[in-house]
Amino acid sequence: MKFRRVKAMARKEFLHIVRDTRSLVMALLVPLFMLFLFGYALSLDVDHIPTMIVDQDQTPSSRELRARFEGTPYFEVRGVETSTALVNREIDRGAILLAVVIPAGFHRDLARGERPGVQLLLDGSDSNTASIAINYAQALITGWSLERMAGRRASLPAEAQVRVFYNSDLKSRNFLIPGLIAVVLMIIAALLTSLTIAREWENGSMEQLLSTPLRPAEIVLGKLAAYFAIGAVDVVTSVLVSIFVFDVPLRGNLFFLAFASGIFLFGALAWGILISAIAKTQLLAYQMGMLSSFLPAFLLSGFMYSIENMPQAIQVTTYIVPARYFIAVLKAVYLKGEGMTLLWAQIVFLAVYGGIVFALATRKIGHKVA
Amino acid sequence: MPAEIAVEIQGLVKRFGDFVAVDNVSLTVAKGEIFGFLGPNGAGKSTTIRILCGLLAPTSGRAFVSGFDVATEPEKVKRSIGYMSQRFSLYDDLTVEENLNFFCGIYGVPKERREERKQYVLSMAGLTGKRTVMTRLLAGGWKQRLALGTAILHEPPVLFLDEPTSGVDPIARRAFWDLIDQLSQAGRTIFVTTHYMDEAEYCHRIALLYKGKAVAMDSPRALKQEMGVGSMEEVFISAIEREDR
Repeated sequence: MKFRRVKAMARKEFLHIVRDTRSLVMALLVPLFMLFLFGYALSLDVDHIPTMIVDQDQTPSSRELRARFEGTPYFEVRGVETSTALVNREIDRGAILLAVVIPAGFHRDLARGERPGVQLLLDGSDSNTASIAINYAQALITGWSLERMAGRRASLPAEAQVRVFYNSDLKSRNFLIPGLIAVVLMIIAALLTSLTIAREWENGSMEQLLSTPLRPAEIVLGKLAAYFAIGAVDVVTSVLVSIFVFDVPLRGNLFFLAFASGIFLFGALAWGILISAIAKTQLLAYQMGMLSSFLPAFLLSGFMYSIENMPQAIQVTTYIVPARYFIAVLKAVYLKGEGMTLLWAQIVFLAVYGGIVFALATRKIGHKVA
Repeated sequence: MPAEIAVEIQGLVKRFGDFVAVDNVSLTVAKGEIFGFLGPNGAGKSTTIRILCGLLAPTSGRAFVSGFDVATEPEKVKRSIGYMSQRFSLYDDLTVEENLNFFCGIYGVPKERREERKQYVLSMAGLTGKRTVMTRLLAGGWKQRLALGTAILHEPPVLFLDEPTSGVDPIARRAFWDLIDQLSQAGRTIFVTTHYMDEAEYCHRIALLYKGKAVAMDSPRALKQEMGVGSMEEVFISAIEREDR
């Protein structure tokens, strides 16, 4: 292994990148685009639930409860009716998701110390949002009831006092964005490099390279070095956007974050090179790169869907998805401020993964010679 | 092995599955010789060259380049050869000089020698003053000479040229063979494949390859005499007829 040859290779590769404006722009802007797209669109938080209040009681109590729904950002009261006649139509139209029916006699029953029911009618076609809406509505109604009881010096025997560690606002963005950095990096890295070896084969220059003293490992390393520079820029922009645009708290050590990102990036880039060496044509390499980076990083990494809830067989597969480990690292560094002491196992895996993929890619390129 | 032998092949065989691409070829090429490999497409010319460059492993037989065994000392072989493939493998999106810099780097041309070697190649290829031109913009003949130039930056004793003149106009072809001749006079060994019969005349010795076999091998003049014909084309036809009989 000669440093001089790796350097020549890296410099040449860097020139390719710089000259190919379209790919360069893609490599630098797509991560930003994805961060913004997912950062804004992919919120799992539910608020402004379109709601209709059906007030069949028309009393101070019913108006008070109604005001509660109007006063919180979780609900958006789209209409107040006196009968349920419109509820079905509005739900079918998709205009409302929830109807809160306050029955006639609500005020009277409350005054008598009975327990009048408030009916919740829901559009359950998006089950996740619907169940969140139910929880909010129940909490709101319970809270209101408790306050009224407190007015009469009554109280519940016990009360849950909740204290959430780490992501105390329970904002989904706070755990999605750090994970998203891993997804974006995986896609960009694998896509960037997946084309490079295939391009050399298509161009006929691979044969030329292999006839020189250049060794396969030096080819791979030189290419990695050039794309690593691009990937590093992507890491920095992603982190900056996460902090300054999306206000995600970064509690951990920046150097550790950079270190972990570097190791992950190495593996992701090596993966692209391995694909490129196998595919030999740019088109096939691109498709394989997309499939093998995007889907696992998105679905099998714990980015959006918790791995514990997956079927056993799928859970086992996630162990070979490098994004899984990096996402765990990112979330822990961002939200919990953890470092090497607790995350060394993930780091070791990422390093081993990178090493194995690098060795395979080198072997694959060398194999075409012998 | 005597020092004056540049390339030696003994009973070389290369099979791809059932297909025999190179069938028991033996030959020696002396230092400073221009040795031509002639034959139709698929005769095994490129395969042989690729084995000699360490790009392919032979099925059986042995091959030596500059005295190094291709199978066991590929690194040493690669340091002593220059290879130019059918598609001039330059990088179109790099300038002339960037291409030269890259090949200087991977061939390990010492820093202090680089400028001199680059200048030599530029003047040889007629590209002096075009260092900053994008390679993509060069016409075929210049590209071809630049490709040859990148292959000799490190002054290799043996040069392998695989169909170096395909797709280049006749005048550029002529200029190219003049360069080859100069290199040979400077003591470089040139091993070249072509399917242009007229180019055989430029070679000191040629081997006619047909269906993986070397069906005739000698100087162009001796071959014409032996077959009693006037052109290389006719030599080739008689050799093939003799083989198919």
